Amino acid sequence: MMTDQTSPQDFRNDRMGKYSHIKGWGIDINPSNDPTYPIKKRNNAEHEGYVWERPQQQEETVEILQSVERPNITAVYGTARPPSGLSGMIRRLAYQYSESSYGRWLPLVLADRIQVAEGILEDFSKGYIPNIPKEIGMKSDWKYNKKAFFTKLTIGALLVAVAVVAVMSPSADKSEKLS
Amino acid sequence: MLAMNYRGPHRVRADYDMPYPEILHPQDAIVKVLRSCICGSDLHLYHGLVPDTRVGSTFGHEFIGEIVDVGSAIQNLKTGDRVMVPFNIACGKCAFCRQELYGNCHESNPGATAVGGIFGYSHTAGGYNGGQAEYVRVPYADVGPVVIPEWMHADDAVLLTDVVPTGYQAAEMGGIQPGDTVVVFGAGPIGIMAAKCSWLFGAGRVIIIDHIDYRLEFAEKYAQCEAFNFNSIGDPVVFLKTITDSLGADVCIDAVGCEAAGNAVNTLTGRRMLLQGGSTTALHWAINGVKKGGIVSIVGVYGPIDSLIPIGNVVNKGITIRANQASVKRLLPRLIEHVESGVLDPKGLITHKVPLEEVSDAYHIFSSKLDNCIKAVLIPPSANQ
Repeated sequence: MMTDQTSPQDFRNDRMGKYSHIKGWGIDINPSNDPTYPIKKRNNAEHEGYVWERPQQQEETVEILQSVERPNITAVYGTARPPSGLSGMIRRLAYQYSESSYGRWLPLVLADRIQVAEGILEDFSKGYIPNIPKEIGMKSDWKYNKKAFFTKLTIGALLVAVAVVAVMSPSADKSEKLS
Repeated sequence: MLAMNYRGPHRVRADYDMPYPEILHPQDAIVKVLRSCICGSDLHLYHGLVPDTRVGSTFGHEFIGEIVDVGSAIQNLKTGDRVMVPFNIACGKCAFCRQELYGNCHESNPGATAVGGIFGYSHTAGGYNGGQAEYVRVPYADVGPVVIPEWMHADDAVLLTDVVPTGYQAAEMGGIQPGDTVVVFGAGPIGIMAAKCSWLFGAGRVIIIDHIDYRLEFAEKYAQCEAFNFNSIGDPVVFLKTITDSLGADVCIDAVGCEAAGNAVNTLTGRRMLLQGGSTTALHWAINGVKKGGIVSIVGVYGPIDSLIPIGNVVNKGITIRANQASVKRLLPRLIEHVESGVLDPKGLITHKVPLEEVSDAYHIFSSKLDNCIKAVLIPPSANQ
């Protein structure tokens, strides 16, 4: 039998049955006062301790970032995208904070945005040029929302124009001549 | 294989080079996907609102399919079985699963304790690839998946993996008593289903609030409820008081979550700057629009970061708040009965069937509310073979 790394005794409420010194303990118990009904099927876990025979552990084949609020890696886990690159470094730092901390979540959002750029570089490194207009669904804009289509087209053209001007600017020429 | 590939906010593509899933655990199964929906909560990922949504992931937590491979410990399923797969990944053994809180399993998500594992819903929910693909790995396959009855239409089955149970549980958590007035915020698929299911619990009056007219028209017909556009009723809370004897609704259901419109400050801080776990406008209205001693049921999805809500009013009004991810496995037996008897018609929500190859357009159509979209279903090419 596999068990949790944490001792089951840690979870147990071992005061059960030891309340005789508290005058009136339990005299107003009302089993129907239970806002969890019918969502939660009450069993005796609250008193017996939240322990269970763990499922077999999935073999660790990739890097898994684990919540610091857990004693272990769950028996199964997803392997969609292990952390990598700069975004992965940030994610590793973020997971050092608890789920109740901004230090956990805001860096993860930052890592998500950085990984967008990493994703484009990854595409290029594989010789793939991402078709961003297609990825953002511009075909459906053309079909159902022409105004949005032309707005995005205009913004895209402006961004390309700005990039071209930046590359062709005199300062770029100057630095080229100096070298 | 072909699968949806997330590349960043508002950017997804159909990628033919995604790896086939493998059996990684004795209780795994590999499912060949026959139908996969885009959920309203997938849009939170698509819009970049859920932390730790990694580029290269495949979304999709509403899907059905055919078992094509099983791990060595699988006893209840065999290859060839057609199954509906609950969106929650549940071990069936932990204390929470044994309490039928299958949406709160403690053995499926190493990255967080607040949420159990969910297919295709970021590494914050376990890092699993989802079902918007030709094939998907399904952990704990003996626990969650249910064989689709012979008589059931595939389009009904796929909506039983999330939409119907979540809408039903939203109404269930409302503790609706005969004759109660129920207000549902959000006329997306979940809100519409919550309105529909409110009648099953004996509601006397069901009202749905949104700002998209075509959705309100759809909801009015599908769920036989009253429908109002919050852009044309002034202050929604005052309006609700006006039409409920000035006291408010008995039950309010938040079926919107973190992308609620209707308040500029919430939109800015919650959706644009991500300083909150989303825009809390719908939840505000639910708390302020419910009667004293009333119940607010929350199934709308919010991010893990703090969110601003009028907690003082919750205390002063004596409101009971109930919330959870739907416990799909617990609810499925009853919901299958409702579909068989014709009480519920899940497939009536589907407005768009899109080849998986066109996943980029499907997301954009659903996200931008184009072409009167209520519910989009993706169909992989392999589903037709």
